[in-house]
Amino acid sequence: MTAIVTAKNLSQIYELKRGMFAKPLALKAVKETSFTVEQGETLAIVGESGCGKSTLARMLTMIEPPTEGELTIDGIRIAEASDSDLKRLRSIVQIVFQNPYGALNPRQKVGAILEEPLKINTSLSAAERRERAEKMLAEVGLRPEHYGRYPHMFSGGQRQRIAIARAIMLEPKILVLDEPVSALDVSIQAQILNLLAELQERLGLTYIFISHDLSVVRHVATRVMVMYLGRPVEIAPVEELYANPLHPYTRALLAATPAARPGRRGARQRLTGELPSPINPPTGCAFHPRCPYADERTKRERPELTQHGKTMVACFAVDEGRLPPPDAAVVETPEPRA
Amino acid sequence: MSLLTIRNLSVTFATASGPFRAVDGVDMTIAPGEVVGIVGESGSGKSVAMLGLMGLLPDSATVTADVISFEGRDMLKMSNRERRKIIGKDIAMIFQEPIASLNPCFTAGYQIGEALKTHLGLDKKAARRRTIELLSQVGIPEPERRMTAYPHQLSGGMSQRVMIAMAIACEPKLLIADEPTTALDVTIQAQILDLLLDLQRERGMAMILITHDMGVIAETAERVVVQYAGQQVERQSVANLFETPRHPYTSALLAAMPERARGGRLPTIPGVVPGQGDRPTACLFNPRCPKADERCRTVVPPRQPAELGEALCHYPVGADPRPPEAIPPGFGPLSRQPLEGGARASTIAPEVPGDAR
Ligand SMILES: Nc1ncnc2c1ncn2[C@@H]1O[C@H](COP(=O)(O)OP(=O)(O)OP(=O)(O)O)[C@@H](O)[C@H]1O
Ligand SMILES: Nc1ncnc2c1ncn2[C@@H]1O[C@H](COP(=O)(O)OP(=O)(O)O)[C@@H](O)[C@H]1O
Ligand code: SF4
Ligand SMILES: [Mg+2]
Ligand SMILES: [Mg+2]
Repeated sequence: MTAIVTAKNLSQIYELKRGMFAKPLALKAVKETSFTVEQGETLAIVGESGCGKSTLARMLTMIEPPTEGELTIDGIRIAEASDSDLKRLRSIVQIVFQNPYGALNPRQKVGAILEEPLKINTSLSAAERRERAEKMLAEVGLRPEHYGRYPHMFSGGQRQRIAIARAIMLEPKILVLDEPVSALDVSIQAQILNLLAELQERLGLTYIFISHDLSVVRHVATRVMVMYLGRPVEIAPVEELYANPLHPYTRALLAATPAARPGRRGARQRLTGELPSPINPPTGCAFHPRCPYADERTKRERPELTQHGKTMVACFAVDEGRLPPPDAAVVETPEPRA
Repeated sequence: MSLLTIRNLSVTFATASGPFRAVDGVDMTIAPGEVVGIVGESGSGKSVAMLGLMGLLPDSATVTADVISFEGRDMLKMSNRERRKIIGKDIAMIFQEPIASLNPCFTAGYQIGEALKTHLGLDKKAARRRTIELLSQVGIPEPERRMTAYPHQLSGGMSQRVMIAMAIACEPKLLIADEPTTALDVTIQAQILDLLLDLQRERGMAMILITHDMGVIAETAERVVVQYAGQQVERQSVANLFETPRHPYTSALLAAMPERARGGRLPTIPGVVPGQGDRPTACLFNPRCPKADERCRTVVPPRQPAELGEALCHYPVGADPRPPEAIPPGFGPLSRQPLEGGARASTIAPEVPGDAR
């Protein structure tokens, strides 16, 4: 396997201005994050609201340059890329946003929305662009007559199809999907997840799939990266993560995810407290104020990601071998099918 | 005696393009201390039904019902003043959007204090003491300090807790919680659900929990109502609903959940929930239902008996009276596969209403 994306120590620090004389506050949305994405896989990124998922997405899609660190996509180092390389990279990596309502220009017809990337990035004629757009409509399960309609005439699921169609107009290699199904109902969510799976197979796409829904992630991901307060705390193959979650935060997330099976409530360990502010993060391991395994060391030192079997995890309790095996009540074993 | 009884509650909105029936013949009986869940996709009329019950809908809404009674008292015949005594005190509601339903101009503490003064007649000092007690009960750290916070200064989880504190301030007998955790992260969601269930258990408070999340229902409710396009299409105990869903919509909804799928493609429900313009005839689910035939398109389906989940359907899953060759695969009495039933393996299904078949 070859890595199509390599991120090394990526950071994104926002300066929050506080009037003329006060020193601006630094908000570290993403901190020293390193990972790779293999060609053709789906890397899922999970974590609570505000942990830096979308910020990472904006860096990966070159909407925002990282304030620190190095990003290599398809063999090209972004920081040193020439203008023509950057142009190529921008069409190789496309993004689909969370909100199917806000992401489309309400004054543009679907046809124009789909053709816009072609207009900017290719020298195709109007007729050729139209042909490509109509083909794409069929590809994402929309109909030819939708070409001349405005976004407000579509349901949430259809709008998400349009957003996906637009993202793949330039035949990208990588799609960054920022909560692509979070705003959709279960029945529509299933339609969109199937569409994404089909497109990935047919077009050999690599997905970076951002989600806070662990049941969706389990269904789509090849590997999973769990983030907490701007840093990855665990990176593991999907089966491994669900069968043998190591980081206490991963375990807490799994425990908190409601299982669609009656009578399972109560047996689980609950996380207390809320995500701390990224402006003033806790010392040491950022998870320590909420962690049942925190000790003096975790308050002072920050654990680095280290390899444990197939999993990379940043936790002293794991390193020191004092983390109990995952609680049977926490880990979901799929019930056999009738 | 039941705490709340509703029979045949309907809500119709007057809109520019004509009347729109958002809630259509809803029934509900809830006993003291019971937890009933209402599930359904967005727009299925879950919120409107409860707002209708509470009398909180705009003037464009017409609410009708055969019976609405609370502790045996007929709420339809009550004066507004009498009704207001019940609503807000004995029946309280937590709304879908916590930030939007707290008044931005007043501190959290003030808003809870006002409710205490109005409904329980507490004086200022007693109200303050009780407010602090309530805030700490719902898990707000440093309640004295948080009392003086304005809603925008609180995180989503905190404002939801303030809403809960306000709702339980008068020790209601029934709490209606409308998507109380939808806007929250899973770890906070788990905390809030635990909190609500603790209150229910400790005080014998009954609860109607509205959600679109089947997982939340599975973990919290005892009985479930499945709502589709304003109608209750199935009513069962939570265990039976997940084990043997009877309405094809319930069955399809369960099958479409990624946690129930085993790799590969998810079974989908083609099409979308009908809106005002494309309301089908007879069974409202018929354009999306793989079991539908001519009868479903022309004859309004009957309410099945309790052992068939009170399904609003001609051909409930596992009890389809048609000859085997007339039943789509996966639905016959012999091949009962409730989890897969109702949904078909799709390719990329165009999701245009009416094109489902
Ligand atoms: N342009 C910006 N200026 C200042 N702070 C920002 C900016 N963008 C994001 N942040 C902050 O960075 C942190 C990470 O935000 P981000 O949007 O990446 O979170 P997320 O993981 O995508 O959350 P969600 O699940 O809610 O989408 C948050 O604290 C956010 O408030
Ligand atoms: N004030 C209103 N005027 C007209 N239609 C409304 C109004 N409020 C809600 N509706 C419609 O009623 C239906 C049910 O809404 P709602 O109860 O909010 O659904 P949900 O099940 O998601 O809570 C929707 O189609 C919605 O658009
Ligand atoms: S009545 Fe017919 S269309 Fe409606 S749910 Fe039952 S089988 Fe399907
Ligand atoms: Mg985000
Ligand atoms: Mg609602």
